[in-house]
Amino acid sequence: MEKKKGWKEIPIGGLITEAGNAQEYETGSWRTFKPVLDQKTCNNCLICWIFCPDTSIVVENEEMVGFDYVHCKGCGICAAECPKKAIAMVLEEEE
Amino acid sequence: MAKISAPQVKLPLTGNDAAALAMKQVNPDVVAAYPITPQTELMQTFAQYVADGEVDTALITVESEHSAMSACIGAAAAGARTMTATSANGFALMWEVLYIAASLRLPITMTVVNRALSGPINIHCDHSDSMGARDAGWLQIYAENPQEAYDLLLIALKAAENHDVLLPAMVMYDGFIISHTMEVVQTLPDGAVKDYIGPYRPAYALLLDKKPFTVGPLDFHDYYFEHKRQEIEGTEHAPAALAEAAAEYENLTGRHYAPVETYRADGADVILVALGSTAGTARYVVDVLREQGKAVGLMKLRTFRPFPHREVADALGATKCVVVCDRVASFGAFGSPTFMEVRSALYEVPTRPQVINYIYGLGGRDIGPDLLEQAYGEGLRVAKTGEIKQHVDYLGVR
Repeated sequence: MEKKKGWKEIPIGGLITEAGNAQEYETGSWRTFKPVLDQKTCNNCLICWIFCPDTSIVVENEEMVGFDYVHCKGCGICAAECPKKAIAMVLEEEE
Repeated sequence: MAKISAPQVKLPLTGNDAAALAMKQVNPDVVAAYPITPQTELMQTFAQYVADGEVDTALITVESEHSAMSACIGAAAAGARTMTATSANGFALMWEVLYIAASLRLPITMTVVNRALSGPINIHCDHSDSMGARDAGWLQIYAENPQEAYDLLLIALKAAENHDVLLPAMVMYDGFIISHTMEVVQTLPDGAVKDYIGPYRPAYALLLDKKPFTVGPLDFHDYYFEHKRQEIEGTEHAPAALAEAAAEYENLTGRHYAPVETYRADGADVILVALGSTAGTARYVVDVLREQGKAVGLMKLRTFRPFPHREVADALGATKCVVVCDRVASFGAFGSPTFMEVRSALYEVPTRPQVINYIYGLGGRDIGPDLLEQAYGEGLRVAKTGEIKQHVDYLGVR
């Protein structure tokens, strides 16, 4: 396990001095429902990518290819916004 | 007395005038405030300086004191030298934000014009407002008169901004008794104040720093404790920073400011402890009683946070009875806040004096020489007999 720093070694006032460090925080474990993509129905409109609050929609070559399950909290916004109903929310334990 | 190196101008000022003048001379980048009696004239006067273009300050007139302190925090985090002022219930409305200012290590400087907290509703002086926030992480300094209101605001600001400290500071004076009483105040020229406080050097500044960073993120069991430990360390550096700022101020003005101040305490059998304007009345009573051959003295407590426990032990250790007078009740506690602190500071003194407590003056109830003579009388009885009848008693209540 990583050794945590002592009070003399950290920035004052609880400042975070490096940008984008939320990436180091695994929020995927919070999930109850998991988004699952039906690739055949998806037309790559990327509305899910626009709406995802956790930048957890993985896009390659302008195509929706899946989810970043390390950070996806399972909020279901992508499934609700998808005009093609290509995303299903599935209970984690049923998957 | 030290050599005075700045020309001073005598002005007739109320406590509020004096604090407003100090703020004007500081010329802070941002002031966010909401008016409340008896602080109102301070902010009104300062707002006039803003309107007349005598300061460069961005004055943010907010909708509440919670917003005032929140705006101060935003401004200070952006890199601005920031000041405000309040009283009583307005101060109470700032409560949660006071802690945030301290924990973000933002050296905001605030005048608190002491007024009783509701209820029942009251606009007159006691120390229930500032005393309640003694654990909020702010430096707390009590001024006796308009002169101290002016001087201590400048000293507090300089100490708060010291990079070994980086904590907000509040300077108190008694509502109406001092805020609305005019006295002659020795004031510095604007340039001398500017040189004394120096340019503002924020420890971090959202609007000035080139590298992006985050202020105020979530801080759980893994690091919250470490950040609080850092904050305690800042508090522990405050006495040295205050002493340094006071010494430099003394060179400028000849006025000496220590965390405690004694008056005719040498060889005294009884020393009364008081904060704020009551110290002035007590000094008069000491003279009267000394004239009658009674061995009494006074210790004025100026700095309450950080509590100067060594100085208190040194000042009081040799006496027989200490009479702690406090203008505040701490409901359910064994005595008032100053009683608890003073008694604790004396615990390891080999000649430990006896300590009694008087709560007085709540809601602006007058404290005259007769009542303080009564307190000294009981102290002299305890000093003679060694017997305390009642640890905590009240002066002037029916």
